[in-house]
Amino acid sequence: MEFVLSEKTLQVIDGVIDEDLLSSGATCALLVDRSGYLIANRGYPSDIDVVALAALSAANYGVTEEIARLVGEDNFSLLFHKGATENIHYTKIGDDFFLITLFNKDVSLGLMRLKTAKVKSHLLPILQEDN
Amino acid sequence: MSFLDLSKREVHVKIVYYGPGRGGKTTNLLHIHEAMTDAVRGQMVSIDTKQDRTLFFDFLPLSIGKIFGFDIRIQLFTVPGQVIYNATRKLVLKGVDGVAFIADSQVSQKEKNIESLENLRDNLADIGVDINKIPLVLQFNKQDLAAEGIPLLSEADMVSDLNSVYNVPCFNASALTGEGVFETLREISKTTVKSVARKLMPSLTSGMT
Repeated sequence: MEFVLSEKTLQVIDGVIDEDLLSSGATCALLVDRSGYLIANRGYPSDIDVVALAALSAANYGVTEEIARLVGEDNFSLLFHKGATENIHYTKIGDDFFLITLFNKDVSLGLMRLKTAKVKSHLLPILQEDN
Repeated sequence: MSFLDLSKREVHVKIVYYGPGRGGKTTNLLHIHEAMTDAVRGQMVSIDTKQDRTLFFDFLPLSIGKIFGFDIRIQLFTVPGQVIYNATRKLVLKGVDGVAFIADSQVSQKEKNIESLENLRDNLADIGVDINKIPLVLQFNKQDLAAEGIPLLSEADMVSDLNSVYNVPCFNASALTGEGVFETLREISKTTVKSVARKLMPSLTSGMT
């Protein structure tokens, strides 16, 4: 399977992330495919290695799915890492993509879950339509 | 799954270094990382190694030239070779575009090489990939051990064990000294990029204008 991302699609993806996530307080967001490719990134400071973050997150996501299967679940509905200042939330988008959202301690997890669910509903048809 | 970014004009491909445990997959990547300039390589990431084994994977992104005006971005991954880590190997293989199989040339590792190649075939089949249809090269690693008097399999034996069915390019190598490392990388990169370019040809050529 090959995935081709057009400039127009990327602009739409960037727009959805900006409008729904960054404007709600997310520090940054990455759209990543399950193989580890970074599709889109918004709001990231230049000192973070987003390529490595995408590859590691794809592995992390895959591992969590395997753990879920081992305990008899299809998947865990919430994948979330809480740090002292930064938090990371993962959202599955279809079978082939997921969204990584970073937000700090001043933003609530509930708000981010609502916003990422909205982003998912916007992005899923776009990503399916493009391929 | 290869990925073509028409916006940034980049083609992304994924190459996995596969093979038996302690065969030199990580050492291949370390040598590539050390020999390349910062302009070509990204940050190498190794996850949670215990002793000198890879428990999950190593990851090294490279930028190696252009095709049809698109920058080629290659992501190199290794898998853990030990038999018990098969679930991890399957995860790392997801979306693979090409495989470099790193075999251990020691006589004592003969069965492990065969077993690992069969495991590669089975794991690829599980994700819907036919090993005969994916770019594959073989590397016969640890040739330097001959100088220490350690018995090695002959090239003819290795070919008979591993390459009689697939008949793919193979290279003698010593990842520790760097011999054969870049020959292997060059061949698997070339065949993988060609294979991906064939699949993406309509998008690549339309993206040129």
